[in-house]
Amino acid sequence: MIVEIGHYALVLALALAIVQGVLPLVGALRHDGPLMAMARPAAVLQFLLIGLSFAALTYAYVVSDFSLVNVFENSHSAKPMIYKISGVWGNHEGSMLLWVLILALFGAMVAIFARSMPEDLRALVLAVQSWIAAAFLLFVLFTSNPFARIAVPPLEGRDLNPLLQDPGLAIHPPLLYVGYVGFSITFSFAAAALISGRIDSAWARYVRPWTLIAWIFLTLGIAMGSYWAYYTLGWGGFWFWDPVENASLMPWLAGTALLHSAAVMEKRDALKIWTIFLAILAFSLSLLGTFLVRSGVLTSVHAFATDPQRGVFILIILIAFIGGSLALFALRASALKPGGIFAPVSREGALVLNNLLLTTSCATVFVGTLYPLALEAVTGEKISVGAPFFNLTFGPLFIPIVLAMPIGQMLAWKRGDLLGAAQRLTLAAAIGGVGALALYAMRGGSVVAPLLCGLALYCIVGAFVEVASRIAGRGVPASVMFARARGLPRSSWGTAFAHAGVGLTLFGLAATQWGVERIVTAKVGEPIEVGPYQVVIRSIEPRTGSNYREWVAHSSVLSGGREVAQINPSRRNFAARQTMRTEAGIVTLGLGQIYMNMADQHDGGAVDVRLYWKPYVALIWIGGLVMSLGGLLSLADRRLRIGIAKRAKVRTPVRASPQPAE
Amino acid sequence: MVWVAFALMTGAAVLAVLWPLGRARGAGGRAPEVAFYESQVEDIDRDAALGLLTPADAAAAKAEAGRRLLHVASGASATGRSLFATRVAALVALVAIPAIALGVYARIGNPDTPDQPLQARLAARPQEAGVQSAINKIEQHLAANPDDGRGWEVLAPVYMRLGKYPEAARAFGETARLLGPSPERLGAQGQALVYASGDSVTPEAKAVFERVLQISAADPTARYFLALGREQAGDKQGALQGYVELSAETPADAPWQEEVRARIVALGGTPPETRPPERDAAAAIRDMPQNEQQAAIRGMVDGLAARLQQDGRDVEGWLRLTRAYAVLRERESALAALGNARKALAGDQAALGRIDELAKELGLEG
Repeated sequence: MIVEIGHYALVLALALAIVQGVLPLVGALRHDGPLMAMARPAAVLQFLLIGLSFAALTYAYVVSDFSLVNVFENSHSAKPMIYKISGVWGNHEGSMLLWVLILALFGAMVAIFARSMPEDLRALVLAVQSWIAAAFLLFVLFTSNPFARIAVPPLEGRDLNPLLQDPGLAIHPPLLYVGYVGFSITFSFAAAALISGRIDSAWARYVRPWTLIAWIFLTLGIAMGSYWAYYTLGWGGFWFWDPVENASLMPWLAGTALLHSAAVMEKRDALKIWTIFLAILAFSLSLLGTFLVRSGVLTSVHAFATDPQRGVFILIILIAFIGGSLALFALRASALKPGGIFAPVSREGALVLNNLLLTTSCATVFVGTLYPLALEAVTGEKISVGAPFFNLTFGPLFIPIVLAMPIGQMLAWKRGDLLGAAQRLTLAAAIGGVGALALYAMRGGSVVAPLLCGLALYCIVGAFVEVASRIAGRGVPASVMFARARGLPRSSWGTAFAHAGVGLTLFGLAATQWGVERIVTAKVGEPIEVGPYQVVIRSIEPRTGSNYREWVAHSSVLSGGREVAQINPSRRNFAARQTMRTEAGIVTLGLGQIYMNMADQHDGGAVDVRLYWKPYVALIWIGGLVMSLGGLLSLADRRLRIGIAKRAKVRTPVRASPQPAE
Repeated sequence: MVWVAFALMTGAAVLAVLWPLGRARGAGGRAPEVAFYESQVEDIDRDAALGLLTPADAAAAKAEAGRRLLHVASGASATGRSLFATRVAALVALVAIPAIALGVYARIGNPDTPDQPLQARLAARPQEAGVQSAINKIEQHLAANPDDGRGWEVLAPVYMRLGKYPEAARAFGETARLLGPSPERLGAQGQALVYASGDSVTPEAKAVFERVLQISAADPTARYFLALGREQAGDKQGALQGYVELSAETPADAPWQEEVRARIVALGGTPPETRPPERDAAAAIRDMPQNEQQAAIRGMVDGLAARLQQDGRDVEGWLRLTRAYAVLRERESALAALGNARKALAGDQAALGRIDELAKELGLEG
């Protein structure tokens, strides 16, 4: 009964979503209060119903109810509990249910938290969000129903792909989905703005927290996914320019651009058309990602069981929403009143530059991802657009972005002083330059890596120069500086951390050039040099796990003859599915990592191993975390708070020095 | 019960729409934007007070905020309520929500299918629980002693029946490895491999079936799947030839004939003439010359009598034996069989009842 209640809840959510998509829209157009007012309770209840449905499916997984096709195909009664639960979204149907759940969650959050919004705008946002939800609910119910039943249930399920039986699966997709789906709400805001004509700086203020939330989660999701690929796929790579990865990178680039142009719109009432366009673009790219993964256009590690019918359905959703919003956009764009004009050398000028570069790099990724697919569809010729293409196109576009980032932070709104900004960045540039020289002297090799590392250092230091200049001063006591630091708007800190995070990631990426790779046939007890360390395999032993048997190479990492860490790569054999999976051994030493992978064993105790020493590689993901922290700080900024922030005691922050930056 | 839950949920959904419709609402609702620009002005004032903005800049910024506020206010129109619209909306909510929800659910739902958690199913059907626990035991045993061929041999068909094809394939493979390859074991392994990969004859399965033919060149299972493999690989001619040969060289009533002939037709071929069916024992006896027939029947009856002498607990056997004597018109023997049966089945009232019934039917008593 629980299962069918969950099924009915999903259908009921569809009915509610359809009504919620129509009545508030009519209400907003007719300025009818009660009709608009129904959007909020409906949005909350819609979320509760889909939540109930998701809970029912989870229950079916937990108790191994194999009368559900979905549970039978993706679960197994002997699977550990955590993988039973994460298995709910480890398959196509369940992950689509999670997708609509998050859609409804964003709708409910707008209904509950966005109190200070004009009623008609909120009603329109919730109505548009509801159309999206209704479209995807239809998709779930009619092409990918997780509640399909089996008349005579089998006694045991087919189990989850061993590659997906990993804690990474429990975290990576939900994070990514919150990011992807989060852009649905900015899309809804954009459509609502176009319908109501409320395209002004207040709109930008309302939409900004939602953009930030989506951006934070997308950043975390991408970083997490890349780390997961790094440690499970077993060849030490973390980014493959795989179309599915690109599909997550594109909305991230568009979302980053949106974040910055919304700041201009909020402060200066300018870039309005562009900001609305970016909001539409970010969600369109999210939808495109969904289409690529689910339609069977791609075959990749990410591709779920594919079905042309599903692809067509998503394509229709894609065309309807993108086409509809662009048509609306074309209708309204000419009627928009132009906002303030501004000088090229100013904060907003810098943000425009940022936008140009980000969207161009987004377009580059778009072409690199879709061109081979289109070519194959038209001529049948298969070409591979891999890392070389992206390194040559994406790289040169990103370097000016990083160069300009600290300068943009230093410029004032309206009228900036480029020379002054450059002067204040002397220190950062000097540190970058010295760092690059020092690294070149230490490591030698190509000049590219030291130069990029120098650029990264400049970016990290430069990110904090502006904040530091507002805190520190000659002869200012430490307590005052601390008070000033606390008093700075959190969004200033957010900007600093997010920009520094970009620098950290860039440093980690540049440092991959100094990596060492060894592919050797090693004997037990024989040390292998890898970078500054030696690795010795102590013994190779069999071990039996819960549903696999494995050979483990117990190894030590030595530095100067002293053991500094142990590393235990293994090769697992999943008998039930007759699949092998290598489990890489990873140790983090400082910011670098030793990555060890075991391949075939030979007679006589020798074994093929692949060893990598990857200096500073951890910075890639630490950078991602720092970027998200920056986003979180921005989100916590008082002036960006969503309307719940009625604290009993509001203290006016003590603000010390120049310009209200954002 | 489940319908009560559905009704409650539907009611909640309808109420969520009706409730705000029913509440009176005042006009207006511009306050949020006014507040926004007010707070912007406050920000400017604060920054100016702290010396972050020059008074001139502050004044300009305030003027701009004011302009924007005026612009917003000029585009405003009052929010009201219309009784007619509210009524239409209420009607829509009352009708549309239940209609859509029940309409869609009626198409795709299974309201009568209960939850079937594995534990409860196993508790309700102990024999399945028994099978499952036996499987677990053997699996544990095999995990510790993976070279026990007998264990694999027991497990393999069970896996097959439960639809765990990859496991079955592995178990048959292990059986063949440890107990020696036989057409049955390898054939079953091949079939399991085929089912495991969604009914496609993979290269791995093909290799297994080819091994079967090395041992037993006429093996029908292997021949069928190899032909199927050729068909799936696009070799229609080869597949057709394989099917035709298989159909022609095996008995017409063989269980695979129907499928094989269907494949031949599907590929555009004509099913060949088949060998006459292999005859069963009864048909064989019927065709014998009279004396031989008698002897054959005699032999069977004697065999049955001898077996019942050994183990007399088989009531069906006694009934058959008695009837056979009656048919052969050997009244003495029939009466003796009845006596022996009653002795052997003493204490089993139900069996004795059936014996008495037969005796009455055949007129052997009274």
